[in-house]
Amino acid sequence: MGAKAASEPWVGRPLARLEDEALLRGKGRFIDDLAPVASAKHAAVLRSPYAHARITRLDPARAVAAPGVVGVLTGADVAELSRPFPAGIDSPIPHYAAAYEATRYVGEPVAVVVARDRYLAEDALELVEVEYEPLRPVLNAEAAAETEACVSDRSFSYGDVDTALAAADLVVRERFRFGRWSCTPVECYGVVADWNAAEGSLTAWANFQGPFTLHSVAAGALGLAGSRLRLITPPDSGGSFGIKSAVFVYVVLMGLASRKLGVPVRWIEDRLEHLAASSCSSGRVTGVEAGFTSEGELVALRYDAIEDVGAYVRAPEPATLYRMHGSLAGAYRVRNVAARNRVVLTNTVPSGLNRGFGGPQLYLALERTMTIAANRLGLDPAELRRRNLVRADELPYRTPSGALYDSGDYEGCLDDALELARYEGRRDEARRARADGRLVGVGLACVVEPSISNMGYITLAEPAETRGLPKSGNAEGCSISISALGGITVRTATTPQGQGHRTVVAQVVADRLGVEPKDVDVLTEVDTSTSPWTVASGNYSSRFSGVGVGAVAAAADRLAEKIAAIRAHLGDETASLRRVAGTAHWNPEALPPGMDGGLAVTAYYAAPNLLPPDEDDRVASSAAHGFVADVAVVEIDAETGEVGVLDYVTVHDAGRLLNPLLAEGQVRGGLAHGAAAALFERHVWDEDGNLLTASFVDYLAPTAPDLPTPRLGHRESPSPFLPLGAKGLGEGTTMSVPAAIANAIADALGRDDVEPPFTASRVWELLSR
Amino acid sequence: MISVDVTVNGRRHREDVEPRLLLSDFLRHGLGLTGTHVGCEHGVCGACTVRLDGVAVRSCLLLAVQADGSEVVTVEGLAGEGDLTPLQHAFRRHHALQCGFCTPGILIAAGDLLSRSTAPTRDEIVDMLSGHLCRCTGYTPIVDAIADVADA
Repeated sequence: MGAKAASEPWVGRPLARLEDEALLRGKGRFIDDLAPVASAKHAAVLRSPYAHARITRLDPARAVAAPGVVGVLTGADVAELSRPFPAGIDSPIPHYAAAYEATRYVGEPVAVVVARDRYLAEDALELVEVEYEPLRPVLNAEAAAETEACVSDRSFSYGDVDTALAAADLVVRERFRFGRWSCTPVECYGVVADWNAAEGSLTAWANFQGPFTLHSVAAGALGLAGSRLRLITPPDSGGSFGIKSAVFVYVVLMGLASRKLGVPVRWIEDRLEHLAASSCSSGRVTGVEAGFTSEGELVALRYDAIEDVGAYVRAPEPATLYRMHGSLAGAYRVRNVAARNRVVLTNTVPSGLNRGFGGPQLYLALERTMTIAANRLGLDPAELRRRNLVRADELPYRTPSGALYDSGDYEGCLDDALELARYEGRRDEARRARADGRLVGVGLACVVEPSISNMGYITLAEPAETRGLPKSGNAEGCSISISALGGITVRTATTPQGQGHRTVVAQVVADRLGVEPKDVDVLTEVDTSTSPWTVASGNYSSRFSGVGVGAVAAAADRLAEKIAAIRAHLGDETASLRRVAGTAHWNPEALPPGMDGGLAVTAYYAAPNLLPPDEDDRVASSAAHGFVADVAVVEIDAETGEVGVLDYVTVHDAGRLLNPLLAEGQVRGGLAHGAAAALFERHVWDEDGNLLTASFVDYLAPTAPDLPTPRLGHRESPSPFLPLGAKGLGEGTTMSVPAAIANAIADALGRDDVEPPFTASRVWELLSR
Repeated sequence: MISVDVTVNGRRHREDVEPRLLLSDFLRHGLGLTGTHVGCEHGVCGACTVRLDGVAVRSCLLLAVQADGSEVVTVEGLAGEGDLTPLQHAFRRHHALQCGFCTPGILIAAGDLLSRSTAPTRDEIVDMLSGHLCRCTGYTPIVDAIADVADA
């Protein structure tokens, strides 16, 4: 790090992070480290013990009278002071920030107690008197898909699936289940809310992964014009992986508590609350019908997806079901593709963004199907994939459902992965091991990783005629200002939660302004009242390296032009940045004629290739598409069912790598979440809807001994559509790993009825069956 | 209220606290040492790990009053005002932290391991990390960083 040739750009270098010094010293500034407003009181949330119940009586009087208590906000208050949250699907069940009249999942907020400190607030929770009349919960989305719990049912067809299936030599018909899991950031949710009664406005500080999308949803619920909800994110956020997009519900809840009680309110979620009631992935059951020729060509693909979104359709859901819509065919050339998408409510926590976001669910079904077909056709699973991969010379390639795959060499990546994994040798060794009675298997997955979502895809949940105003991509904004002394400050709205955006932004700006990254101060706090307004969605669908950086580059380029023009006008091409800035600020008269004073630029960037869904339901659901090829080798202990990952290889092509050190960190992190979803993590509810995985003792987030040490390969095929050629890369391995490991498990066991997570107990049960 | 006399990062504090106050809350909100993070409050995630009389402990599973008469080191005490420690440098070099929320607890626990065993094996490092949750890195770079210092 540090040393570089004068001509060598900073972008592309594995620069260690600017963020690290403060974090390593314990000087990070996370939400619970801040006291942004004086004398905030502490909130604790009373939560429903029932999955489904009518609230017949709620009396907070004893709690209100308890020592140190300021007051109590009830569900009835919430219903009176706010409106239901708007969502992408109209549902007959209103969703408020707290349960009103009925509770619909265990953990749903019922009341908020505000007190001098959290200990006293929790004491008083026990004094709120609530009587419930339990109702029968709906817990199985598959069983409820034919009932009124199904709130959306749409079918899509591209090409002629029926004819192609009828003519196919082999039709694979299987059902795949992907349960609900959560990436569980180590920092839970946090909100500080300060209602201003005089102005009728709310200022809230929250570790919200918005920052602007879903702001409108929160403002709508509060009945506030957008400018009256000022939402501020702290500089540091302790991980999100999508999960913190649902913090907006608590911005509203604590905002209402502050409004009712007349004090600023501070709420820091605890882990038990987080596991029970924050958010988690959707659950999906996918029926697949896939037709193949005897040569292994995939000629038709039909999905029947049932999506469990929990108790409410909470924005941005049902996005998980539509995020991959352009990529229904995965990495393959098949032109006949159909899907039926049903969204079903159950009495469980509402779903939301979770790393991978629809990808793990889709690819478990598709990539298991490819391997099953290969085995039935007597082909090697790698060969079957090779015969179907979109070819390098076909890129850019328009998929049947509308995505535009931008760049890459899928077959080349697969070859790299096979070579790195010694695939042929591993297959032979596994065969020999199985002949000796050991349970060793090799699995593959090839996935296209979409990044930078077209927010318009969510409108596919509605037919074209009722879709409303067109929506497509969303812009990112960036402001760069240079002080009179030449100090450079960049402001972005990408709300990093650990990805290292400050470092990469500094690299991009340094190249353009001819300075060093350490000279660039990057503010990652977003303040919706002072940051340039866009509907920027932070890290949503790995958008930073494409459009986040696109806005930074646009702003820096414009500023560089202005600086160059000032230098030229001064007649001094080597004038220092400080002199240029001094001129712009202190002596605007010396600027070129017609030039504005000051030295600041705000620029916007939106991906160029994202149109709203068309009348035939085709959508370019993402702006960029990376590719991932994985090989997993597993061995199962026949006595215990424990799965050991003997080797894990992943080869990733996400376009240009802006900082290889950080890119590798994203691949490793995504892989860890994928492996966790494959091997350990699921939320489990009992037949009454009680959450059984309610603490980290039962919810098995893996630690170091539980995870493989992967071996990584990279290719760099720049995206032709994005300014720096970089695509998102934070989610690809989360999408690929569950499928690759499931294929390896199936190979080891010689059976197709395998279903993640492959915990020892579940695999042992499978072995006993 | 009970009086507590505790030395934290070399500085002595005498405070009156509620008997039920957690050590983690005392450090964070009583003393303003917010580098110690709270991730689960049931002893699993390890984010709140501090050294109490030289031993790595979960500050969320201890009461402040239990630290009476003891010496506590938190992440803020590792480098003090000086240069980062070799372990902190190694974490940066190996990209062993992303969001940085779990990092203070892991730095403290790794320091404890390195103080007891000058040359821990990779397996011993991995074993020590079984007491910590990191959701960003996949752990490999953390193991690499600790091993780097252990080798040095």
